[in-house]
Amino acid sequence: MRILDFLRARPKNTANIARERLRIIVAQERATRGGPDYLPLLRGELLAVIRKYVNVDPDAVQVNVERDGEHEVLELSVALPDSPVKAAGGA
Amino acid sequence: MTEIIVVTSGKGGVGKTTTSASLATGLAKRGHKVAVIDFDVGLRNLDLIMGCERRVVYDFVNVIHNEATLKQALIRDKRLDNLYVLAASQTRDKDALTQEGVGRVLDELAADGFDFVICDSPAGIEKGAHLAMYFADRAVVVVNPEVSSVRDSDRILGLLSSKTRRAERGDGPMKQHLLLTRYNPVRVEAGEMMSVKDVEEILGIPVLGVIPESEQVLAASNSGVPVIHDASSIAGQAYGDAVARLDGDEIELRFIDAPKKGFFKRMFGT
Repeated sequence: MRILDFLRARPKNTANIARERLRIIVAQERATRGGPDYLPLLRGELLAVIRKYVNVDPDAVQVNVERDGEHEVLELSVALPDSPVKAAGGA
Repeated sequence: MTEIIVVTSGKGGVGKTTTSASLATGLAKRGHKVAVIDFDVGLRNLDLIMGCERRVVYDFVNVIHNEATLKQALIRDKRLDNLYVLAASQTRDKDALTQEGVGRVLDELAADGFDFVICDSPAGIEKGAHLAMYFADRAVVVVNPEVSSVRDSDRILGLLSSKTRRAERGDGPMKQHLLLTRYNPVRVEAGEMMSVKDVEEILGIPVLGVIPESEQVLAASNSGVPVIHDASSIAGQAYGDAVARLDGDEIELRFIDAPKKGFFKRMFGT
């Protein structure tokens, strides 16, 4: 209804940007929460080793601890890049 | 039964001490016997907000180290005689607090018939913050509608569900409450600030209260009178509502909508 609005540059809705950024980072941090403290380091070292052979994205290596009843499962997954080299995901 | 409530946030400067002072005062006003403890060793400030800074003789650390009795260290509020303040130590290192010592003080407060103990946590996730939350039955997480505060609060929620006595004993999840402070409905409406709903959805805990940004909060801390005493201020009223909810009442949220604009303003902008 503001007829003079067109005279002003309309500011972006930064609240929406904040909300979306937080949704992503909070979900990501919750996923790694509760795991052993060594997980980030382990992930970093694995990434370094894999990168000696394959040029993968920094977020290609996922390390998770899943609880399955009594025991815990350390789950690693490595996404290999699409390339002419024969590649398959999962490890 | 004594209920131990931690007021925490992770991030500094969001209003933990202001909130602790007003929640404790509000619960005391409703007739409960309340103690409010400053866990910020080395950076004591609750005494200033409560207006009793010149009456601190012994502090929390003195009690833990058996240099004073709890009775000697508890400062009775000058307005409410069922409200007591336990000041943080100003000089000792942060290792002065021990889990055993804090537990002993809380047990003694319970034996003295306190209904509520409010633990004012320091910022961060170090020892003081850990001990402030460790024995708690409930948590009030103070959040500003701003990215770093929300993220830090989520980190604190993770600690509340894993690094507390309740969690260790497997007593089930601690009751957690979201208290939004420095809320500005006009900016929310303009899309410049996240709304109550946004923050509630991201953090996933129920809202205890929304404290609107108000000049009266600074005026209250300037004069050492918890803002909840100022019935004319919207922040004071909002804290009053939060206390009532904490005490079991069901009340609608107030002060979360921008004031309606008149016809002229709607046509020609602000």
